Amino acid sequence: MKKKKFFALVTAMAMVLGLAACGSSDTPAADEGGTSDESSTVTAFKIGTLGPLTGGTAIYGQAVANGAKIAVDEINAAGGDIQFEIQSEDDTNDPEASVNAYNTLMDDGMQMLVGPTTTGPAQAVSAVAYTDRTFMLTPSASSTDVIDGKDNVFQVCFTDPNQGTAAADYMAENMAGAKVAVIYQNDSAYSQGIRDTFVAEAGVQGLEVVWEGTFTKDTATDFSVQLTAAQAAGADTLFLPFYYQEASLVLNQADAMGYAPTFFGVDGMDGILTMEGFDTSLAEGVMLLTPFSADAEDERTQTFVQTYQDQFGEIPNQFAADAYDAVYILKAALEASGCTADMSAAEICEKLVEVMPTLSVDGLTGSGMTWDASGAVSKAPMAVVIENGVYVLP
Amino acid sequence: MEFLSYLISGVSLGSVYAIIALGYTMVYGIAKMLNFAHGDVIMVGGYISFCAISYLGLPSIVAVLLAMLVCTVLGVVIEGLAYRPLRSAPSLAVLITAIGVSYLLQNAALLLWGAGGKSYPSVVSGALQLFGGQLSISYASILTVAVCLVIMAALSAFISGSKLGKAMRACSEDKGAAQLMGINVNATISLTFAIGSALAAVAGVLLCSSYPTLMPTTGSMPGIKAFTAAVFGGIGSIPGAFLGGLLLGIIEALAKAYISTSLANSIVFAVLIVVLLVRPAGLLGKYVPEKV
Amino acid sequence: MKKLTMKCSTRMDLLTYGAVILAYVVLLVLRDGGHLSRSLTGQLVPICCYVSMAVSLNLTVGILGELSLGHAGFMSVGAFSGVIAAMSLQSAIPAAPLRLAVAMLVGAGTAAVAGVLIGTPVLRLRGDYLAIVTLAFGEIIKELVNCLLVGWDSHGLHLALNLTGNKTIADLGLEADGIAIIKGAQGSAGVTTIATFTAGFLLVMITLFVVLNLRSSRAGRAIMALRDNAIAAESVGLDLTRYKMMAFVTSAALAGAAGALYGLNFSSLQATKFDFNTSILILVFVVLGGLGNMLGSIVAAAALTILPEALRSFADYRMLVYAIVLILVMLLTNDPTLRAYRDRILAALSGKRPGKEAL
Repeated sequence: MKKKKFFALVTAMAMVLGLAACGSSDTPAADEGGTSDESSTVTAFKIGTLGPLTGGTAIYGQAVANGAKIAVDEINAAGGDIQFEIQSEDDTNDPEASVNAYNTLMDDGMQMLVGPTTTGPAQAVSAVAYTDRTFMLTPSASSTDVIDGKDNVFQVCFTDPNQGTAAADYMAENMAGAKVAVIYQNDSAYSQGIRDTFVAEAGVQGLEVVWEGTFTKDTATDFSVQLTAAQAAGADTLFLPFYYQEASLVLNQADAMGYAPTFFGVDGMDGILTMEGFDTSLAEGVMLLTPFSADAEDERTQTFVQTYQDQFGEIPNQFAADAYDAVYILKAALEASGCTADMSAAEICEKLVEVMPTLSVDGLTGSGMTWDASGAVSKAPMAVVIENGVYVLP
Repeated sequence: MEFLSYLISGVSLGSVYAIIALGYTMVYGIAKMLNFAHGDVIMVGGYISFCAISYLGLPSIVAVLLAMLVCTVLGVVIEGLAYRPLRSAPSLAVLITAIGVSYLLQNAALLLWGAGGKSYPSVVSGALQLFGGQLSISYASILTVAVCLVIMAALSAFISGSKLGKAMRACSEDKGAAQLMGINVNATISLTFAIGSALAAVAGVLLCSSYPTLMPTTGSMPGIKAFTAAVFGGIGSIPGAFLGGLLLGIIEALAKAYISTSLANSIVFAVLIVVLLVRPAGLLGKYVPEKV
Repeated sequence: MKKLTMKCSTRMDLLTYGAVILAYVVLLVLRDGGHLSRSLTGQLVPICCYVSMAVSLNLTVGILGELSLGHAGFMSVGAFSGVIAAMSLQSAIPAAPLRLAVAMLVGAGTAAVAGVLIGTPVLRLRGDYLAIVTLAFGEIIKELVNCLLVGWDSHGLHLALNLTGNKTIADLGLEADGIAIIKGAQGSAGVTTIATFTAGFLLVMITLFVVLNLRSSRAGRAIMALRDNAIAAESVGLDLTRYKMMAFVTSAALAGAAGALYGLNFSSLQATKFDFNTSILILVFVVLGGLGNMLGSIVAAAALTILPEALRSFADYRMLVYAIVLILVMLLTNDPTLRAYRDRILAALSGKRPGKEAL
């Protein structure tokens, strides 16, 4: 008994001392980082990326980290005035871990943030970045809650309302008389956000939504009930605002049932064609809104896809492209504002906030991207249709 | 007709839960521990067979056998390294270790096979069409139910009939007394894990054949559902696991169809709670009243 | 003999309070002196929440002796009701500390109500069956919150449950000045973060005070008697249901308060945070710290919350290392052979003091 207590006490003491040691050892480390930056000959801006590198959503965070790294490597290799140093941290798609990871990046001297990747964490981190005055550019967190009321938070991707509205407008215009069924993920902020604006805009456009159903992360294996119900309701178009892993199951199960409506996805659907082992014939005729297509003809996209494949052995998805663009957007903004790498994060933030609305950047995910002061990007969502395993413009 | 179609969806889903629950319930029945890593062994089985089919081009039956082999070894190794040292420890300590093993397998799979989902090549494709195509039952589901029944019969016969099965039951009753009777308790429990993990490999292949998206987290939710199914049917009871799994799948499908797609899981769990209140040891479990 | 053990446990309690106060003072001095990294500063409030969660769960698991796999459910109830309270009282109570206190009380109250609702059926079951039912309730709470729509305007609170999947916050009919507090799966966003480390410290102290006093009270001894032998305890006239309920609801209320503090530490919150994995995580703190050992729970909760952050240098292997550390620690504290090694090393380190006399 006594021994146990003693052990507990020792551990407790060790903890307190450990915490203290952590604290005191970290601060000098951060200071050293600062001084070495000033003394080094090449001044590099320190940027950080945030996203889930482990867990069920790791694919998105890894894509962001990889895409940003490629852009940084390119910029550094070209050797201009602006050089970057990049650090990627894992947030396991959890707001708490994301704030922790953000703080770690700040401890390590980060000056600008490219991230977080997913919506929930981005909402939490954007509030902290706003208080800290750290410039934040999220490649892929699409909710308006991320940017609302925060002048220093910007997005590379479309906002959820933008996508939902665009999808409804597109359907109303090109698929007149469609009977639409919606299946969305009821425990995902991203999916629900798009669904809400889609249905609202469908009401305005007179688009008929005949059936709506949901699923959750925990029931995302079997979709046959939802598909049967949608079929019974007479739906000839199925709107699927969620990610491609689940979408591939929907396509598989619809095919097994012999139900063949027009499937319509949003940017989360991108990646379905490159999913390992996926029978792309199932995706024939699927329509989706995407800002990026890995088999686009232009040279920049092709170089990017090639480099990505060489380095990471997979075909990049739109998250990687968004992150790649994010780094180039930062570069453009830094050039326009005349920031130097020895400035503090807060100083850089104020300058960048000023120049962002004046920028127009060409990237992989859109040409002539511009921003308003709210932080939302303006670029046209591109509707594509899958034919013979590639995206084509309808 | 729609009702029948929902019912079929439920049976397909339920048969997958059932086959996972069989492994769960066997390990629980003998070793008296909740092996939370069981779902992740299923995921490993899925990946092994995926690699065997897609990368090595092996025929599916060989792939299944390979997956069974790897999972059996994995199960025995996990048991030997992580669970055996804790045989005398409180059951909660073993539970936490099992959770640690579950995290370990998931993260190892993430590093080995990457985070992207993989679409599983169907081992059995196609569907049986009834009533001129109005109803369709996929062959994968039929196979799953058949395999379930075979495994259930074989396991019941093995445990009640064979000498090793008797040793298992003895260990489950009283480890100390079993040892005194000359039964090698450690070897018996290792054998239990070996069989349980081989079943997990089969379950992995069938799970992925019916629901073909494979990710490092693929096993965790079906694992929890199968645990629920095992409790539902009476944990430790082999026919109970089958019945529990099937009912769970059917309730989930009907709840989605007629009540709410968002609350399907909640409804399943609510039914479970009601069942346990009426029958505190599950549908087919034996209720052992506590004695002084 | 009895007197001796009493004294012993009182001393242990004082040690626990002392360790918490010491840790608070040291961390506060370090933080205000700017010696604490941002990463650690940011974790102070979550650590306090997890410590309270662990201590309160230890009441259910360690003292009452029932395995609960749904403790995060109570945290969720507390977090969201606390957020609702704080956001709707924003104009009524401008003082942040007072608003935080009210929110935490509301969180504790709602979680206590949930505790009564859940405890009534759950506590009739035993062992693993009880465990699975708590798991079931945790999952049910998660799905219900995912369907919850809450808004506030000058007419008061508006609530709706989006069961069919086709309602949105717009269906609440909020006035123009209204604020959306919980938007289904999107959860709450734009919460004013009013949680502070001091509030966290006070929460931990209150949690400890409640749990330790309950344990050493008449009711606590009755609860432990029930844990050790329910039949014997009932035969001497102890009311099984009443005492079980007392422990379970207290535990739920404390978790609710911790949830409210957690919810008000981040500007956004989703129901998916409080899933099975979080429940398990808290159980890990309790088991690792030792059943019934509050100081152990505190240390384990703090250490395991910091661990994934401390492992950041392992990059991609971070969570793998975390899993290995978890398994090794469980083996180290429970495997008889490894335990013997550990004790020998400890004895060697501390000289002769904790040698044979402890046995």
